[in-house]
Amino acid sequence: MSSRQSDRREFLKRGAALAGGLGLAAAKPASAQLPDPEGMIVGTDDLVAYGKRSRFEDSKRIPHGGRHSPDAFGLDFHIAAPLQESVGVITPSSLHYVGTTRGSYVPDIDPAKHRLMIHGLVDRELVFTMEELRRFPSVTRLHFIECAGNRSRSSHTTVQETHGMTSCAEWTGVLLSTLLEEAGVQDGGEWIVAEGVEEVKGASTIPVNKAMDDCILCYGMNGEAVRPQQGYPLRLLVPGFEGIFNVKWLRRIKVVDQYYMTYNDYGHLTQDPATAALGYQIGPKSVITFPSGSQRLPEPGFYEISGLAWSGGGKVARVEISTDGGRSWQDADIRGEPQPMAHTRFSMNWTWDGNECELQSRCTDELGQVQPSRAQVAAFWNQPPDQPVRVKGQDNSIQPWRIDSDGNVHNAII
Amino acid sequence: MRSFRFAGLLLLAVGVCAQAQSPTYGLGRAPTAEEVAAWDIAISPDGKELPAGSGTVAEGEELYVQKTCFVCHGLNGTGATAPRLIKRDVGEVDDPWDYGRVLPIRSPYATTVWDYINRGMPLGMEGTLTPDEVYSIVAYLLFLNDVIEEDMVLDQDSLPNIEMPNRNNFARVPDWFPGQPRLEGYPY
Repeated sequence: MSSRQSDRREFLKRGAALAGGLGLAAAKPASAQLPDPEGMIVGTDDLVAYGKRSRFEDSKRIPHGGRHSPDAFGLDFHIAAPLQESVGVITPSSLHYVGTTRGSYVPDIDPAKHRLMIHGLVDRELVFTMEELRRFPSVTRLHFIECAGNRSRSSHTTVQETHGMTSCAEWTGVLLSTLLEEAGVQDGGEWIVAEGVEEVKGASTIPVNKAMDDCILCYGMNGEAVRPQQGYPLRLLVPGFEGIFNVKWLRRIKVVDQYYMTYNDYGHLTQDPATAALGYQIGPKSVITFPSGSQRLPEPGFYEISGLAWSGGGKVARVEISTDGGRSWQDADIRGEPQPMAHTRFSMNWTWDGNECELQSRCTDELGQVQPSRAQVAAFWNQPPDQPVRVKGQDNSIQPWRIDSDGNVHNAII
Repeated sequence: MRSFRFAGLLLLAVGVCAQAQSPTYGLGRAPTAEEVAAWDIAISPDGKELPAGSGTVAEGEELYVQKTCFVCHGLNGTGATAPRLIKRDVGEVDDPWDYGRVLPIRSPYATTVWDYINRGMPLGMEGTLTPDEVYSIVAYLLFLNDVIEEDMVLDQDSLPNIEMPNRNNFARVPDWFPGQPRLEGYPY
């Protein structure tokens, strides 16, 4: 077919569609033809330069853990992401959870002046500008980050309160191993200390094995520069490790011979070796985001149960859903190809019969680690059955949601 | 032929090793000694990064008020908004852990106390304390918690050698390897 013919065919098709549309319009009130003037978003230079969401969308972050953020001095503390409205696996940068080591001002860093220093037990101490860091071979990976304080309590009503201190973004940057190889790690370099530039200069000690495995020095997040609340212009990603290791506003990596017991590390201090071992890596974890606490099913009928699963141990291998409070389990559909240490969306078709029921989800990761119920956690640690369960280390226990016969969804944690 | 090929592989392997020891990209520059010294503020338990200087309990007691530590931490190291700095009043205990989560008594190393005050205090004026002032404030807090005597002078030699009550009374974090479960034997 010549291009002229195809153009003509296209023209005819459009004409038919237009005629059909007009016919339809004639049968309907005028308001159905086009949005009325108040229903239009008038273009502005600002909207052309940087778009924004519909005014009808109000999904927003909230201060986490009962401490207001920002506080009276403008310090940011913990801010939770609205997982109840999340779709897919990427948390928009504007909605990504925020954790700070103490409550801190967000540094306003000119990237032209920012430097990263690598020193300590290395053959070559090095200082990089941001421009130089961007010249290195880069990687782009999906990774979640989760605060160790992401812990469901019976007083929490929504999934934002129970689980909002985790988010997942597409991160771009240089593998830390690339820079450590460039610097040349010397014998005895068993740990690194990574340090930020904010006023408390948050610093964490990280095993060099992890540093060489998959840590990323990120300058990119969800297709643009890392946001200031996430460490602009440079933040460390320590995939699968507790949030505090993911040092923001990163300015220094020191290769060292011992565990430094920085103040951040002191936060992990415990007498129990098992609890200490649980202090690095996030366990297999999942939560149903729909239906979840404070939402309401308007009527019996079809719903897609949907949620997020993740693990610090690697890829999500399996997610199961129970609609009867954990008595029976069915495999959920996993959307797309699970990525290591990344949120993975799962779902299951479900018809609600209108009776009270309890929904749960359970994640198994590629290492075979399984997300425990709170009763299993209590049994493992020999905790007295008459007392509230204390989950040691980061809490990855199963989240139950109870749906009442009126359709209201409640947190069923005891 | 086979031996030649083998020799070639060997050469290749040697080449790769040699390459790993020299920079591949040639980006960045060496920091000056002054730059490293200015940024090298994380203090290891052996104290090798501690700067010169010294401080006393008496000076620390004055600084605790003068530098407004008491506003957030309380005049007696407790009773205000910020974390308490004096051990809980539980009398004689077998396990120093029972004194509570109080940095200048629980931390296994005095260096952690020095490091944190130096990097993160006072709130809103971080980085303004001199080494002498930090040594003094640490001395005062350790004295408050009965870790050191009132006449002890803290400096880069004496501070790392302070026997904190929990020096050997905490769990070491284990080695970590890729693909390692959170805790061996933990079913979950």
